[in-house]
Amino acid sequence: MAHGGFQRVRVYMDANATTPLLPEVVEAMHPYWIEHFGNASSIHMEGQRARTAIDRARETMAGFFNCHDAEVVFNSGGTEGDNTALFGLLRPGDHLITTSIEHSAVLQAAHRLAERGAEVTFVDPLPSGLIDPEAVRNALRPNTRLISVMLANNETGVLQPVQEIGKIAAEAGAFFHIDAVQGAGKVPFDMRQFGCHLLSISAHKMHGPKGVGAMFVRRGTPVESLLVGGSHERRRRAGTENVAGIVGLAKAAELAMQSLEDGTMDRVAALRDRLEREILKMPGTGLNGAGEDGMPVPRAANTTNIWFDQLEGEALVIALDLKGVAVSGGSACHSGATEPSHVLLAMGLNKNRARASLRFSLLKTATEADVDHVLRVVPEAVEHLRAISPVAAGTLG
Amino acid sequence: MQKQNTIAVAMSGGVDSSTVAAMLAQSGDQVVGLTLQLWDQTRLAGKHGIPDAPKAGRCCSLDDVYDARRVAEHLGIPYYVVKQEERFEQDVVRPFVREYLAGRTPIPCSLCNNHLKFDQLLKTARSIGASRIATGHYAVNEYDERRGRWILKRPADLAKDQTYFLFGLTQEQLAHTLFPLGRLTKPEVRAQARQQGLALAEKPDSQEICFIPGGDYKQFLTAYLEEQGERAPETAGELVASSGEVLGRHDGISNFTVGQRKGLGVASPSPLYVLQIDPASHRVTVGADAELATRTLRARDLNWISIPTLTGPMRVKIKIRHRHEPAWATLEPGAEGEAVATFDEPQRAVTPGQSAVFYDGDEVVGGGWII
Repeated sequence: MAHGGFQRVRVYMDANATTPLLPEVVEAMHPYWIEHFGNASSIHMEGQRARTAIDRARETMAGFFNCHDAEVVFNSGGTEGDNTALFGLLRPGDHLITTSIEHSAVLQAAHRLAERGAEVTFVDPLPSGLIDPEAVRNALRPNTRLISVMLANNETGVLQPVQEIGKIAAEAGAFFHIDAVQGAGKVPFDMRQFGCHLLSISAHKMHGPKGVGAMFVRRGTPVESLLVGGSHERRRRAGTENVAGIVGLAKAAELAMQSLEDGTMDRVAALRDRLEREILKMPGTGLNGAGEDGMPVPRAANTTNIWFDQLEGEALVIALDLKGVAVSGGSACHSGATEPSHVLLAMGLNKNRARASLRFSLLKTATEADVDHVLRVVPEAVEHLRAISPVAAGTLG
Repeated sequence: MQKQNTIAVAMSGGVDSSTVAAMLAQSGDQVVGLTLQLWDQTRLAGKHGIPDAPKAGRCCSLDDVYDARRVAEHLGIPYYVVKQEERFEQDVVRPFVREYLAGRTPIPCSLCNNHLKFDQLLKTARSIGASRIATGHYAVNEYDERRGRWILKRPADLAKDQTYFLFGLTQEQLAHTLFPLGRLTKPEVRAQARQQGLALAEKPDSQEICFIPGGDYKQFLTAYLEEQGERAPETAGELVASSGEVLGRHDGISNFTVGQRKGLGVASPSPLYVLQIDPASHRVTVGADAELATRTLRARDLNWISIPTLTGPMRVKIKIRHRHEPAWATLEPGAEGEAVATFDEPQRAVTPGQSAVFYDGDEVVGGGWII
């Protein structure tokens, strides 16, 4: 966009919102729009070419999840995966255990199920942002059919103890779904180790295209499809396959696996740590997602969430944007305005502090120069805001 | 880093503020568009007769945010939605409800201007590095060297004059606000909008109170109080004639406004009007049109613009409601920071809760709230 006169250097630190496609991903997708445009359900060569691309992608994704090819279902992304897990398994009278820090794709689905006669328990996190597995165990009821917990929280990056929760689900004979949208590409996946029956991911959070995702569905899991129609995806998801998108997802997953092995994510973690350390040197700041010892709990490598006393996060986000730094405050809502983050509120922050919190989430392509730029701009903007209306944040509800 | 002359334009999604954004962007200023999100139009939709779908042309509806954003995109300026719903509810909606329940007739737009459109917007603008704000109000503000004060004046298009709603502006706010439409007429503004290629150049003006879709404030009061889990206070009482004769009973004082003729629920050979609402006894006095006329007015919570403060009697013209032709009066300081006005000619329906705005020629001397 031609934003005449404003800072032109842009540093994007909002990877948890979305990521750009890597050139390799674009290249892999390209032939499937015009050249190999076939419908994978068709008998002819054009169709077969598309089918082959999807089969290959499925194989790649099976490697990514560490599961069988037949356990991979392609869909439109994280929201569809989350909705499928909840609506596909739960009936009136069933009990669902989830957490109060889930993405709205889970929370709102849970609320709708509750309206339709399901029982729902929302487990609150510890102040660190961690879900205590024992709290999940304590929420179990004889009719608990599904436990749904996220892998990495989108706001704080905090990694939830899914393996332990998986064991609790197994002991209780309940199904276990993991919303892994924010974990994908940031931590290695192993479906057997996670002990889950269902797991949802989205391509665009890991440098793939928007509008495509995948779900791990363990063999024999009786999840009903959300969309009905043709017999695509072994009747688990009707609708003509988004071939180019699926190819892009697989390419992004392949590159993500490489990044986890070649030290890229460790490098991102080091950049994040430097950014965080320097910002926390400013007075009136603190980390959201610290344990009782003040140290960060296990987190996704690219994310930090910091509160700034005496200012409004929304104004800081806009000020930083005009200075070339893209970060995020609370959860974005329909109009583009922000609500205080329900995650931070659930962790026990008061509204003012939740509103005065910023999330920095680094791309895996982030550089030292990016961090330098942000560290030049943030302290200046924070001081400016505090000087202008030091009590503005305190006057709001 | 942006230069010092960044201007934040308050964009409502209407023709006026969109044209302001276009004019400023055209003139080479660094412009940022801001929309204050004040009220969720879906919040009380469908309750107690409030329409299900908010109408277009209503500030804070998603349609208007969409329109404002489309204009910003067209102009290539940065644009943000700033959420001020809690503050709006606290500073505008709650006082609005409270006033009606107390038998007065509030003007939420003036409260909104005082608390949000100027105060909060200027703070937000400064936070993001802008030094001034611009709005699509029809008014003129200029600095007068001789008096050392910022002056607020009626605009070129008197039919669109919005100074009545702007009497609460402080010197500080006036000094940092631009009203680029002050010297244009509405047809000229629409012509500008067309010339700038704005798709909404023909969009109709919004008239009603933005958070009351359908315009029925009684429905709103009922739905809002129910949502808040509050009961409307019992304010049923007697309907009396000015002679003191009891004519009947009414269901609550919030159903009445001074000067109201319809819905009184009493039969009479000649038309009856609400003359007075007594919040203490819940008594509503009605009488003939001629009895509505009063010669005096008291106002509180005064703000002075063209003068530092009122020290003695002053000849002014006073506007007592939005569509009122200002009338000559002598204004004098009253007790406890109030002002007392005596009109040359009696005025019809001086209504508690509305504002009284004092004019000296085209200049706004100041204003306050009618007691």
